[in-house]
Amino acid sequence: MPDADRLTLTDLPRLPAADFWSLRFVEEHCETYAVRKNVAMPFVASTDRGAMATVYIDGGYGYAATADTSPAGLRDALERAAHWARSTAKQALFDSKTLPRPAPRGEYTSPSFADRFPSRSEWYELLAQESVAAGCDPRIVDWEAAVDVRTAIHRLVTSTGGDVIQRYRFLLPGIAVTAHEGSVTQNRTLNGYRGLCQQGGTEVLARFGFVGGGRRVAEEALELLAAPNCPSGTMDVLLAPDQMILQIHESIGHPLELDRILGDERNFAGTSFVTPDMFGTYRYGSDLLNVTFDPTRPEELASYAFDDDGTRAERVHLIRAGILERPLGGAISQARAGISGVANSRADGWNRPPIDRMANLNLEPGDATMEDMIASIEHGVMMETNSSWSIDDSRNKFQFGCERGRRIENGKLGAVVKNPNYRGISANFWRSLKRVGNSDTLKVLGTPYCGKGEPSQVIRVGHATPACVFGNVDVFGGES
Amino acid sequence: MENYFLALAQVIDASLQAGERYTASYEAEQTDFVRMNRGKVRQPGSVSQRYIAVRLIRGKRHAKHVLSLTGNAAADADAIRTAVTGLRAALPELVDDPLLLLPTDVKSTRAIRGGPLPPAEQVIGEVLAAAHGTDLVGLYAGGPVWRGFANSEGQRNWHETTTFNLQWSLYFRADKAVKTGHAGFAWNNVAMTRKMTDARERLALISRPAKVLAPGKYRAYLAPSALEEIASLLCWGGFSGRALATKQSALARMQSGESLDARVSLTEDTASGVAPAFQSEGFARPAGVNLVDRGALVGSLVSPRTAREFGLPENGANGDEIPESLAMAGGMLAEKDALDALGTGLAIGNLHYLNYSDRPAGRMTGMTRFATFWVEEGRIVAPIDVLRFDDTVYRLLGSNLEALTTETELLLDSGTYQSRKLTSLKLPGALVGEMAFTL
Repeated sequence: MPDADRLTLTDLPRLPAADFWSLRFVEEHCETYAVRKNVAMPFVASTDRGAMATVYIDGGYGYAATADTSPAGLRDALERAAHWARSTAKQALFDSKTLPRPAPRGEYTSPSFADRFPSRSEWYELLAQESVAAGCDPRIVDWEAAVDVRTAIHRLVTSTGGDVIQRYRFLLPGIAVTAHEGSVTQNRTLNGYRGLCQQGGTEVLARFGFVGGGRRVAEEALELLAAPNCPSGTMDVLLAPDQMILQIHESIGHPLELDRILGDERNFAGTSFVTPDMFGTYRYGSDLLNVTFDPTRPEELASYAFDDDGTRAERVHLIRAGILERPLGGAISQARAGISGVANSRADGWNRPPIDRMANLNLEPGDATMEDMIASIEHGVMMETNSSWSIDDSRNKFQFGCERGRRIENGKLGAVVKNPNYRGISANFWRSLKRVGNSDTLKVLGTPYCGKGEPSQVIRVGHATPACVFGNVDVFGGES
Repeated sequence: MENYFLALAQVIDASLQAGERYTASYEAEQTDFVRMNRGKVRQPGSVSQRYIAVRLIRGKRHAKHVLSLTGNAAADADAIRTAVTGLRAALPELVDDPLLLLPTDVKSTRAIRGGPLPPAEQVIGEVLAAAHGTDLVGLYAGGPVWRGFANSEGQRNWHETTTFNLQWSLYFRADKAVKTGHAGFAWNNVAMTRKMTDARERLALISRPAKVLAPGKYRAYLAPSALEEIASLLCWGGFSGRALATKQSALARMQSGESLDARVSLTEDTASGVAPAFQSEGFARPAGVNLVDRGALVGSLVSPRTAREFGLPENGANGDEIPESLAMAGGMLAEKDALDALGTGLAIGNLHYLNYSDRPAGRMTGMTRFATFWVEEGRIVAPIDVLRFDDTVYRLLGSNLEALTTETELLLDSGTYQSRKLTSLKLPGALVGEMAFTL
């Protein structure tokens, strides 16, 4: 089988009877390195290759995925997809003749795509160093330093002459420790479980202070062991970027997905409190809230030039000065809803069809320094690093927990508190946004584990956000 | 498919050099997925996928390569040889693994269950006809799933099962819906139609004006499909030997005196589930592993690696030490009497999006979803607007547990992340005297 970026288009089968067809080739290679409790974990590599055939014919839509990318295998897949399109055309939710038939042409390449990565032994040496530093105290009962090094080549070929090649390199480092004493257990990570995830090479490590992170995280875990529970009550919260990403993801990202709004996800991931009539007028948050879909930030996890349906990706505002402007909906959802969206039709691999996903969903920085934000709070808590997330199926009533908190009293940072949690309702919460941090407080984070869809998919999403202050939040701690 | 896998194992056998060993685990499926919305077909398709994980071992060094396969024997043999060569080149850069544990016995097994299913197009036609006039949304997933294992000692394991899993919701409006599942080994249109009729009847109840409940503590009956979410969250590290040893389990306090109600007994019941009787490194799974006996933690799931690390006996767990066939024993309450026993309170059909709000304390939060009703004097009065609960497992299945139903329900996992799952839960319903709702 040829590599996806060395395919010769003339060798590909054709399906002349179809209104439109596409072949989307995906090749991903990953190497996983980890050192847990100073023991090198077994080395694991993976290679995943295959193709997704999509066909519009007779008004129907069908897909078929195969790892057999020989001409015969691809022809079989196209014919299977065509069979699905024909056999369900009369029962189809929409007429595929009304869908756009893109002919995209272009390329995309991640930063540092061709740079040399450390050797296996160099990776293990680096991780062992952080592991040793993390296991610095008998109360640290579990600890791990790990990194996933992933490359991917995605190629989309369409019957309309489209041909897009996108080459990605991802680095996902992580450090996690567990401290335990008496009946208290506390976990601390470097910006969350796999919260550090960017496109690029080893420069990603330096960006987040990975070297030295083991000791830092362990010391904070030990500090949490001795800390009191987070206080309860209504107060201001200052959310650090590694909690803001979760807040944005769950209570802006998912509710704005147009396929949820159209009902596709109601049996599994859920629906949305957002309805189509809200776009253009609905006040989602305070005037300080500006949210963009931005696939152009090079290091961010879900930057790309075209989505998996072949729509060119561009930066657009979803929420401007608090007013909802457009949803996260790809070309098919846009055609169904008659609403402008974004290029976010994405699949997590060759064996799943594209659906509306978050990609890079960012909260634009404001003008407050961290010092300003702390000084503005009379009574509150700063919360760092998401540890727990739960939200209702309309993406409204949420409850989130963090790894670490610090009290803020009379404009000054105070003692560390453990088990900080807060709850609220999306439709109200963003209207209580009181301060937005400036670009000095911004971090480019994300998650490789956004789950959704039937069949289900777990996909990479990026979130760049500053720290923010919210007023009158229902805050509480752990079980007393 | 079995012969194809056995041929691949022969390729690996022939690729070995002196002093080398291997394990190989195999996962494949041929699945028809049909997604539906608004009573119509949203996204129909088929996925054919095969993956093999080859682990090369020399002394105490080992490395693994997971690769997708095409189904073309010659091409796949080449890919596997290349992978083995790559692993051989990697081993000198690695260090000895003190936690490596390999099976010492050869235990070959073979299990095949389920037969051909009708064409998915026919199934979907029957489903949409039965749902005519309703706002149905859901997914049909059907077809064969294969799991295999081979090693250099000659062990061969094969697990083949053909199943379908239809999950659908009938919507009234907004978030008011009734969810139903129909899963098994042989498609039965009569049984599906019966469930659809029942769902339509419950939809009529959902269509009543909703009751808005203030946060507080309420009596509650958790149907098996609601208890499924609580059990699934507990499966997330709760029974892991490693998580218990490192105090990360939500049940860790059961090691030092905390307990559940004496009516609660939990078993990893491989014998009655649908998961293979072997794990990915070739260790056999016992028919059952007792985890909680009459409210007390008596066991855990121990992977080979955890066995080495903590000196525990391995018991066939995979590396993540998550139950694959968890079963809770039934109690004394007849299911038909559940609402009468509830009296006034909440009949919860489904829960949604659970997570820990204080894991060491066993405290969890989540939402009600779908068919959840306010009940007075044993009669359903109205659906409720969704509520958030935040409570501990030690209260829900401990001090506040009043009864478990006699009947238990086998709930086949409908999960489709990366592949169709072969896991299941077998659970009763639970009557809880008090459940804390916070939002």
